Amino acid sequence: MKLGSIERSFFHWLAVIVVTLGCIAAKDHWGWLIEYPDALIFPFSDWLNVMMDWMVKHFGWFFMGISWVLEWPIWVVQKILSGLPWAVTMFLFCVVAFVATGWRLAAFTLGATLYMVVIGYWEESMNSLSLVAISVPLAIFVGFSVGVWGFYSDRAERAIMPALDLFQTVPAFAYLLPILLLFGFGTVVGLIASVLYSFPPMVRNTMIGLRSVAPEVIESGLMSGATPGQLFWQVRVPSCRKQILLGVNQATMASLSMVIIASIIGGTSDIGWEVLSTIRKAQFGESLLVGMVIALMAMVIDRVTCGLAQRSNLYDPSEKTVLQRYRMWAVAIIGATLLFGLAQVFNVLADWPRDNVWSPGRSMNEGLTYLIVNYRPQIEALKTSAFFFVMLPLKIGLQGAVSPFTWGFALTATHKVVYALAMAAIALWCGMRGKTIAGIVVMLFAVFLYFGLTSIPWPCVILIYTFIGWKIGGRALGLGTALGLGFMVVTGNWAEAMLSVYLCGIAAIISFVFGTTIGIWAAHNDKVSAFVRPINDTMQTMPLFVILIPFVMVFKIGEFTGLLAIIAYAFVPAIRYAEHGLRNLPETVIEAGNMMGATRWQLLWQVKIPLALPVMMLGLNQTIMYAIAMLVIAALVGTNGLEQIVYIGLSDGNFGIGIVAGLCMAIIAIIADRMTQGWSKKRQAELGLEVQ
Amino acid sequence: MKTNVADSKQVKLSCRNVWKVYGSGPEKFFNKANGQVSDAATHADTIRKQQHIVANANVSFDVHAGEIFVIMGLSGSGKSTIVRCLSRLVEPTAGEIILDGENLLEKSAEDLIDIRRHKMGMVFQSFGLMPHLSVIDNVAFPLKLQGKPEQERYAQAKRVIELVGLQGRENNYPKQLSGGQQQRVGIARSLAVEPDIWFLDEPFSALDPLIRRQMQDEFLHIQSKLHKSIVFITHDFHEALRLADRMAIMRDGAIVQIGRPVDLILNPVDDYIRKFTLDVPWETILTATDIVEKPEGPIDALKRVSGETLVEKLLRYLADNEQGLAVEAKDGSILGIATARGVVKALASGSNDDSGAAPKIVQA
Repeated sequence: MKLGSIERSFFHWLAVIVVTLGCIAAKDHWGWLIEYPDALIFPFSDWLNVMMDWMVKHFGWFFMGISWVLEWPIWVVQKILSGLPWAVTMFLFCVVAFVATGWRLAAFTLGATLYMVVIGYWEESMNSLSLVAISVPLAIFVGFSVGVWGFYSDRAERAIMPALDLFQTVPAFAYLLPILLLFGFGTVVGLIASVLYSFPPMVRNTMIGLRSVAPEVIESGLMSGATPGQLFWQVRVPSCRKQILLGVNQATMASLSMVIIASIIGGTSDIGWEVLSTIRKAQFGESLLVGMVIALMAMVIDRVTCGLAQRSNLYDPSEKTVLQRYRMWAVAIIGATLLFGLAQVFNVLADWPRDNVWSPGRSMNEGLTYLIVNYRPQIEALKTSAFFFVMLPLKIGLQGAVSPFTWGFALTATHKVVYALAMAAIALWCGMRGKTIAGIVVMLFAVFLYFGLTSIPWPCVILIYTFIGWKIGGRALGLGTALGLGFMVVTGNWAEAMLSVYLCGIAAIISFVFGTTIGIWAAHNDKVSAFVRPINDTMQTMPLFVILIPFVMVFKIGEFTGLLAIIAYAFVPAIRYAEHGLRNLPETVIEAGNMMGATRWQLLWQVKIPLALPVMMLGLNQTIMYAIAMLVIAALVGTNGLEQIVYIGLSDGNFGIGIVAGLCMAIIAIIADRMTQGWSKKRQAELGLEVQ
Repeated sequence: MKTNVADSKQVKLSCRNVWKVYGSGPEKFFNKANGQVSDAATHADTIRKQQHIVANANVSFDVHAGEIFVIMGLSGSGKSTIVRCLSRLVEPTAGEIILDGENLLEKSAEDLIDIRRHKMGMVFQSFGLMPHLSVIDNVAFPLKLQGKPEQERYAQAKRVIELVGLQGRENNYPKQLSGGQQQRVGIARSLAVEPDIWFLDEPFSALDPLIRRQMQDEFLHIQSKLHKSIVFITHDFHEALRLADRMAIMRDGAIVQIGRPVDLILNPVDDYIRKFTLDVPWETILTATDIVEKPEGPIDALKRVSGETLVEKLLRYLADNEQGLAVEAKDGSILGIATARGVVKALASGSNDDSGAAPKIVQA
């Protein structure tokens, strides 16, 4: 029975590969196999533009009204934050940090804020922060309400979940423009974009949290005589407070990163704009300094919200005076007043004098120039070899990449035959050892590597992915994959989509292999784990823009820089999940392995990794999601895929083009997500492990 | 230790013909809301054949004021469902729940909340403590929901915390406590509102055997002070025997037998019940009353024992008094005599050895 099913799927795959090869053979005859004819492109983006114009014309007043209402609170907060002497604001931040976790965070906050002051970006930082300060409560309010709605209504949940997927996967650049068109130019665009981007994690966490409350807790609430309102606010919500606050933390981080990204439209003197304009002016030293501000801001906000989430208030029976009870409030008010007074006398505390701004930006630039000039051959060699031997073959295939100019020799018939035979032999070997899937993967890889992702006919790619989707997630996923990929073809985005897939794919694979290796190491070595953890934490809170900077500094703009930046961001989840998966294996299985006399390597390869693989696959899932998120930003350094179209759509003010390309990216992300998650769940269920 | 049932026959809570059916349209099986059907077993089978799950089938029993009524059953027997029907955490499909003479199922949502606030307390198997509240806040939680002022709340909470022996732990959070301690919090919380009727849903099942035993003793001790009307759910037959004034055994959603523990042991209605009784040490269940014989001679010279004395305790006296002991009822009248032979006879009838084969008698 089992043997039969394996063989059947093997023949299915063989058929797919034969069809692919057939299409490739026929592509010279039928050009449409490679390039979808322009005449048949569905003018989807034009329709969207028409619709948008109509919306703006007829309902513009409505959105402008909202915009006008929202401007006010931003303006007020901005005035307060930039109006107060920096010393006062800094002091208040430190008090909050102290309340959240204690002295160490307070000291870190002090250092971070001082840095902002000293390098002369205080006002810009406060402008960004005021936007965050308004967008976070809004996002939390919206996210919590939607989450509660989804919790109580299954029908609502079915509508909410895919919508959230779209909000989180459609690149920010794609929806900045419609917001701009509807709400008008100004800070409000950043606010709305940031709310749209940051409310989904709040929804998810609210729903997960409310679901996770144990039924007996609910029952005991009911038996205590709770009214429906009391049951919700005093039993359900506080019981899952931690999960909900995790949502608040994630929403805050998302909001900050979006506020930074949104400044790409310009018009506001905030910290994101400073980073962008310094990059554009090739002042990399300065851009790194400003980028540090964002990173520090993110770290402080992250630690503070986390700390507040973990806090618990103990019941204290001893009587307290009012002053004791509100001690920190008193400290805050008295300290702030005192500093405010001092600032009136010593102006340094209110406005940091321009002359005292410490900016090593120029010397950093000089150092960098020195580095680039002196190590030019090495840098160039790294760049070209990566390009010739890794990126180009995958992009246009060995048939195109191997030439005397790149590899030092031309591809002869002998080479081709040897390649084909070698790959066939490996595939066969895998098949004979019973690893049918591995054999199929080798064959597919051989075909892809030879012809290159961009020159495989689109019907074949769709066929293959649909087939994979069908095998993993059943008919629904197969159909969804086919429709999603079909959408890319008929809207004329296929070629760019493949470029995105190619860049993202290489980055994801490298990140996954690299990250998983470190993760495995960290799972077996506490020292490595302790060393890696803070690096991971920092990289995850680092806003995307900032990660780009060091790579642009050294490698200039281009695909390779984009690739490195994506890897730098996307390898973190691979480490985390690999370590988590290996460290949380059932103890008994490891013991059983040891008692059978497995060596360390046998234990790792034959017991631990197969069992931890589903969790590692979730790591791959996250790696891909991170890679796609970073890919969007990588458009700034000149990549060629969908992300570039999205970016062009934004800069040209072409709503339709941008949003359609953005949707295509979302489709890629969602398909990749469903496939990896589907596989992981299926495998976890088969292994009898708890599905997370 | 057990409360004496004999002095109060007043019914506190009555469960009449309660059905709970899960499925697409469970109501269609019942013409009358009171759940009365001519043949319950057949009716339950009919329902099951139509892809519905019968969690409770025609369950009826009375809980008297001040007694411990234990419902015992294996997993899936419907015992947890029935206790939830009694408090309407689960809405019964048909039947009546009469609390203090009024049908609970006809109460509005507001009235139900009021009843739960003042008349009912419940203890859960996995404790059901609020993870975000400290011990004292957990215990005071029902009072907080009632809107009682803070001082009053904490004063009352402290009283019940002392009752369960957790003083000094007020500021701990549930996850800082052991299982036994957590369940003490659960018990304290359920007692904080001074309920009339107390539901305990397998309160000690999640605990280690030694702790379980200790908690059972304490539970009996608390009950001897408070005299609540109790519905106690368990899957442990021995626990049921230890605690119950009266008990019911459930199987497949229906009650198989109701009675005093000793009734179930001496007169099991079927083999299912008999199986449970097999490994029960009878001497810990039977009392002197259960083994009395008609006196053959004068009894004035015999020592007297109370009819409630457990056989276990009689053994030593019987060893010293070959004539036997006079067994006395509560009112002082003589019920009969207890003899060593009578004990052996009674124990023999409860022996595990069903084979009936006579032991080989070895000649000396």
